[in-house]
Amino acid sequence: MSVLLSVTGLRKSYGPVEVLKGIDFQVKAGEKIALIGPSGSGKSTCLRCVNFLEKPSVGDIRLDGERVGIRPVGRNRSERIMSDRQLAPQRAQMGMVFQLFHLWPHLSVLENVAIAARKVRGLPAADARDLAMEMLAKVHMSHRASASPLELSGGQQQRVAIARALAQKPKLMLFDEPTSALDPELVHEVLKVIEELASEGRTMLLVTHEIAFARDVADRVMFLDGGVIVEEGAARDVILAPREPRTQAFLKQIRH
Amino acid sequence: MIGLYTFLTILQGLMRGAGITIVVTLSALTIGLSLGFSLALVRQFSRVKILCGLIDAYVEFFRNIPALSHLFILYFGLAGLGLRLSSIAAAILGLGLIGAAVCCDIIRSGFKALSPGQKEAALAVGFRPLQTIFTILTPQVMRIALPSLGNFAVQLLKDTSVVSAIAAPEIMFYARSMVTSSFQTTLIYATAAGLYLVMSLPLMHVTQALEIRYRRVK
Repeated sequence: MSVLLSVTGLRKSYGPVEVLKGIDFQVKAGEKIALIGPSGSGKSTCLRCVNFLEKPSVGDIRLDGERVGIRPVGRNRSERIMSDRQLAPQRAQMGMVFQLFHLWPHLSVLENVAIAARKVRGLPAADARDLAMEMLAKVHMSHRASASPLELSGGQQQRVAIARALAQKPKLMLFDEPTSALDPELVHEVLKVIEELASEGRTMLLVTHEIAFARDVADRVMFLDGGVIVEEGAARDVILAPREPRTQAFLKQIRH
Repeated sequence: MIGLYTFLTILQGLMRGAGITIVVTLSALTIGLSLGFSLALVRQFSRVKILCGLIDAYVEFFRNIPALSHLFILYFGLAGLGLRLSSIAAAILGLGLIGAAVCCDIIRSGFKALSPGQKEAALAVGFRPLQTIFTILTPQVMRIALPSLGNFAVQLLKDTSVVSAIAAPEIMFYARSMVTSSFQTTLIYATAAGLYLVMSLPLMHVTQALEIRYRRVK
């Protein structure tokens, strides 16, 4: 399998605080990778650096071989961070699902999913609509297409947000703690949808606290702590038989 | 019925000013909204510090000095420098510039009320910054800002009465001149008050209708 996403030497500081202290990993096409770790470990920041919603301080991120977020300028080809405008086409290739959904409340469920297809990819209105309906069917939300996002439960909102990301036809899906803001009884319906997507062979990078889910759905797990990858490996190995003491301590804490 | 006849005469006299009141209100409203919205956008999204500082200074300058001072400066002050504006032009310009400062604040507080996630979600699907501002953020901001903008419009209509001070021939201008000649103080001012009420009520209704329209999900 070819490498779809490669992250090399990723560092991120907020003022004097270094949150990411040199992260390297690769995601092959079709692979599902779960990022786990205690809060404050930098896993969300790491995910958000991939599509430059957070600007890395240092690092090389490549999607399909293309450098993300950085362009060479001038005769000496010095690196400059792209503007949001220049980043737009690259971001469009990555679907992002947020912890707090961030659906647009002034648009219907259908419009939330269809609007980018029209305005970013330039699909005719009817095609965008069909695409949106298709994506809503995937997340089992077709019956609420004309509703306002505000009328939906958290789990339903998150499924619509997933449909919105899918409608981008992304090369890579980024999930940032997609079930952390949900009531316990709504977590399952969202995980089920993500699992269905995983079985379609999509490439996914998932930040999660759902350890059992990571074990069952992810191919590989990376354990982050203190801004570095402490341990990584096959999902079952890392979660069932962690080698590093910090991983062991974290998993033990989560189970109890 | 001399009472009714007097009333109708007064009403007719005041109505001569109603047109100017409406023209000044609508023109100042247009300037206030469009300039205020532009200033709010630049202030909210520009990274040029000097520009933001200038806009802040503009807003403070126009919000913290009485309207009457601004009108006198525009009308008498500029005339002293050789630039003579008509009283109506000075009234529209003055109230429009003040209105822009007020609208800028109202609209900016709308942008600030949105969660940063709204913008992030838009950028994440591949919207460019301007698309994000106009298709995702602005419609939500308008929903938040409309009640305050409605209040501003009504306030503006009432504030046009101060432009009689620079002899713009609107309702209060005629009211005062009729009082000096007829001494029907109570009836004239009460009729003028009634006229303002009749004009401000529809303005309130328009605002409410817009609020309902913006609340509807597309």
